[in-house]
Amino acid sequence: MKPDRLITPLAFAAVTAAIIIMPAERSRDFDSVISFLVTFGTSVAIFSLLVLGLNVQWGYTGIFNFGVMAFFLVGAFTAAIITKGPAETEFVQYVGGFGEDLNLIPFLDSDQWLPFLVGILGAAVFCGVLAFLVSIPALRLREDYLAIVTIGIAELLRRVAIEESGLVNGTRGLPGIPRPLGDLVAPGDYKFVIFGIAVVILILVFIAVERGIRSPWGRVLRAVREDEMTTAASGKNVFAFKAQGFVLGAVVMGIGGAIFSYQRGAISPENFNHFFGTFIFWAMLIVGGSGNNKGAILGAYVVWGFWRITILLQAYDLPVFLETRIFFIRDFAIGALIVGFLLLRPKGLLPEVRRVSIWVDRLRRSMPAEAESADPHAPAG
Amino acid sequence: MEDSAPILEVESVVKSFDGVRAVSRCSLSVRGRTITGLIGPNGAGKTTLFNLITGFLKPTSGHILFQDERIDGLPPHRIFHRGIVRTFQIPRELKTMTVLENLMLVPPNQVGEQIWNPLLFGFRVSRQERLIYEKALEVLEFVDLVHLRDEYAANLSGGQKKLLELARTLMTDPAMILLDEPGAGVNRVLMRKLVDNIETLCRELGITFFVIEHDMDLITRLCNTVIVMSQGEFLAEGSPEEIKQDERVLDAYLGGQYR
Repeated sequence: MKPDRLITPLAFAAVTAAIIIMPAERSRDFDSVISFLVTFGTSVAIFSLLVLGLNVQWGYTGIFNFGVMAFFLVGAFTAAIITKGPAETEFVQYVGGFGEDLNLIPFLDSDQWLPFLVGILGAAVFCGVLAFLVSIPALRLREDYLAIVTIGIAELLRRVAIEESGLVNGTRGLPGIPRPLGDLVAPGDYKFVIFGIAVVILILVFIAVERGIRSPWGRVLRAVREDEMTTAASGKNVFAFKAQGFVLGAVVMGIGGAIFSYQRGAISPENFNHFFGTFIFWAMLIVGGSGNNKGAILGAYVVWGFWRITILLQAYDLPVFLETRIFFIRDFAIGALIVGFLLLRPKGLLPEVRRVSIWVDRLRRSMPAEAESADPHAPAG
Repeated sequence: MEDSAPILEVESVVKSFDGVRAVSRCSLSVRGRTITGLIGPNGAGKTTLFNLITGFLKPTSGHILFQDERIDGLPPHRIFHRGIVRTFQIPRELKTMTVLENLMLVPPNQVGEQIWNPLLFGFRVSRQERLIYEKALEVLEFVDLVHLRDEYAANLSGGQKKLLELARTLMTDPAMILLDEPGAGVNRVLMRKLVDNIETLCRELGITFFVIEHDMDLITRLCNTVIVMSQGEFLAEGSPEEIKQDERVLDAYLGGQYR
């Protein structure tokens, strides 16, 4: 194995070791380590969804969306206001609040699970519609201008969420978002339930996105990424495919946002900013490998692991100048990580695979003469 | 063959860029089932005319008719579906996609391009993918690139990229193919094969070719008719021999070297 290939397993192993050993050393208590890991895993699954969405937009379609936060925020708040009951006091104001009306199939105990599914669905649909509306003017722009427009839209939506206090209760945010299947287990064990939900949804979305990308549809998206003129000269409606990639990516981001709000139980517009809402997902995608869905998930794992490790570091006796600055150093280090990867390993930990279509792979495996050259996992470049 | 009706008609088309007229009241027609050359000095507006015909540019004024229907102002993908495909003068291959994928992209009406089909109805996609795959291998065999099918298009040589451009046009069943300098950078032996292939496609499948080329030998060998453009306007039309004798053309373009 070439030393270059060792980087990916090493990065994975280093993060895994750190997130097991560091909390274990701090508490020496099996349960709290498990609790830490499960919460960590839930966050990784949620962020993986957002990075997968970004991968569809940037990694496959080449759309420079620097406003991931817009869809993260809209997904989270849409799910919250659909799932919550109506506002109870005059100090809490928000639209929606359908949760208690969604007990549509009473004999199946549907108030336990239906509102949450509707919440996720609503977040997905709402983000999709938003992305479609944004795409009409924005996707006709060149990519650098598109990046600026998406930043603007994200900031606009965040300001609206804060200033329009009747919409989602302004900066006070929305507390008491009901927890999916919360009555099944004791509150202390709930982390396992939300972990399971996040992982199941991640797996379903991963399968769907992977299958979509490794199809003729995905082939057109990647062609758009490579050269819009050639794609148009090949008879494809470039704008329509760009819009599809943008909308599908936004739908996936919205689903991630919905589960984020279920995990937190309380969200405020101030949870979302350009660093945490957009930049970190770009870091995850670049570190993991844009154009590779497994890379997107690995990137979420490594970068979020790094993020948590910096918090765990506080438990150690650090020099004072480090201890007081550790969060700033962390932000700096994430930026340095992006720059480092772009310079030294621009394809990320898991580069895009060379041959993508599942159908072509199947065909070639079924043809004996082709079998020896049919290595679908040959790394790119 | 000489009497066939025009398949493409360009009627007093004007294209100006900020006041500079790249194409100026240009009228010409290309007869069906012919191989027609388009020559002219640098800056004569040949590539601009190709961009106008294929929808990458919209004419400032004038009409373009293809099979008696107006196509000016249509977007490129619609013109593709009318049956006109083109190559680019500087190859625009899809760099980090394989040669095979570059070709499999092209066939129209792929069911797998509607996202729900690959997600829910894989069997529909599967059958068509097999046909497209076989077609792509056939075309790659035709242009001698089959051994490079899994290579990234970016890694091909300049001449191979030219061939990939040509291969792309063969992945569909066009009525007309516009070739923008197909010969530049392709070696002689391969070029001879290409000429044979273009003639075969024209004769047997009835595909009309419209070819920009600077190489007069190639034009002479390949084309039934040659159209000459100069300073954005139609200058002359005739057989390669006639064009070589035409005083106006010699003045405008050949600079007397063939006299």
